[in-house]
Amino acid sequence: MALDNEILQRWQKAEVLLIGGSAGSFKLFFSVVKNIDADINKIIILIMHRKKNFFSEIEKLFAEHSRIYLKEIADKDILQKNTIYIAPANYHTLIEKEGYFSLDVSDPVWYSKPSIDVTFESAADVFKERCAAILLSGANQDGAEGLLKLRQCGSLTIVQDPTEAEMAEMPRSAVELDAADFVLKTEDIIQLIRT
Amino acid sequence: MKVQLSGISPEELSELITLIKGAHGFDFSDYGKASLTRRVSRIMSLKKLSFYDLKHMLVNNSGFFQHFLEEITVNVTEMFRDPSFYRSVQDLVIPYLSTYQHVKIWTAGCSSGEEVYSLAILLREAGIKQKCFIYGTDINTEVLKEARKGIYSFRKIKSYSENYALSGLKGSLTDHFTIMYDAATIHSELKQDTLFSVHNLVSDGVFNEFQLITCRNVFIYFDNPLQERILELFYNSLAPHGFLCLGSKETIRSEMFRKKFKVINSKENIYQKIGA
Repeated sequence: MALDNEILQRWQKAEVLLIGGSAGSFKLFFSVVKNIDADINKIIILIMHRKKNFFSEIEKLFAEHSRIYLKEIADKDILQKNTIYIAPANYHTLIEKEGYFSLDVSDPVWYSKPSIDVTFESAADVFKERCAAILLSGANQDGAEGLLKLRQCGSLTIVQDPTEAEMAEMPRSAVELDAADFVLKTEDIIQLIRT
Repeated sequence: MKVQLSGISPEELSELITLIKGAHGFDFSDYGKASLTRRVSRIMSLKKLSFYDLKHMLVNNSGFFQHFLEEITVNVTEMFRDPSFYRSVQDLVIPYLSTYQHVKIWTAGCSSGEEVYSLAILLREAGIKQKCFIYGTDINTEVLKEARKGIYSFRKIKSYSENYALSGLKGSLTDHFTIMYDAATIHSELKQDTLFSVHNLVSDGVFNEFQLITCRNVFIYFDNPLQERILELFYNSLAPHGFLCLGSKETIRSEMFRKKFKVINSKENIYQKIGA
């Protein structure tokens, strides 16, 4: 499916962009970060499954290639536009309706902490139709239920085409749950980010 | 799997908070709402309770309230969580504690005791355990029973061994436990000079003076004004130049308390009380 008018209009309206991904999503995350314009005028929140105690250089690498401010989320950080936030390892990231992040150390969901479901569900409560979410490649079902809740709350929900994802399980689970407004090819996702 | 769209509404949550305060004296009004909403919705879905059922149970069934309390106050903890924090304590805090004749330590929100015993191991490896006393407190009586026993599943202890290795200590974590089948019991000398008791950070006050207070991954559940009130409690509970350690994603945001604490390690959120 190409980018039609409906998707573009809803994309313009979204003040918040959530992107979740796991195994096999790194490359796409990286090109998303590189392609975000300085005046995107959105709050961007990335939830990537990552190992605890693995102090990756992801933030550093992403920050070097990003045109806007990028930071790892700390508890009670205030959500601001034109900023890319990365969910920290070994915490769940929640969003309070007053517009700040809260972290949580409770049990993993789908063996994952951060869990994409937890952030998506919390964002659905707060942002509703002011939100767009994209679910990328991954080897488990995290994110699918959260994406469905976002969709039911009026958010724009997009899933990477499972046939193009390195690991199809995560996007396929979301498609099977009927959580996706649109299933997009990788190049269309990048194009959307750039509009 | 079906998605639970309903959960609990903001209005229902505040009704519940008022009800719990009235019936049980626990005040959750300054807890972060996002996590509380998620926890309460989870209990309702696990126990298949409607909002009405939940209210009824909370008022009429005191055993259920204990269980509810355990479920909504997150009790997930690890031994040597954030190994880099424990390395910083060894480098920056222990040398200072070593200069004292007696050291009192408070771990606030200690849950089932993993952090208290991690500190005990750290102090013993540093050779100063015999002059230290560690208080572990929590609002939850059930988890405190676990903490006092100091018995953990062997599987869990094994899962902490990576943390232990990364924290820069010698040997392995299992050296500090007696293993029987799946039960790993902390060595009794590590339990010596520890005391676990109930303390509610929201409503209870100063009970001693400490050289070190650790309160890690507790502030994340509180809103900013409550965090500030508890910082006041910690400030008043610290000896001059005493240390305060928060979780690795928790910082002192209050302007007033930024002036009262010196940052010792900004990445690990280790602070030191300025003067008196």
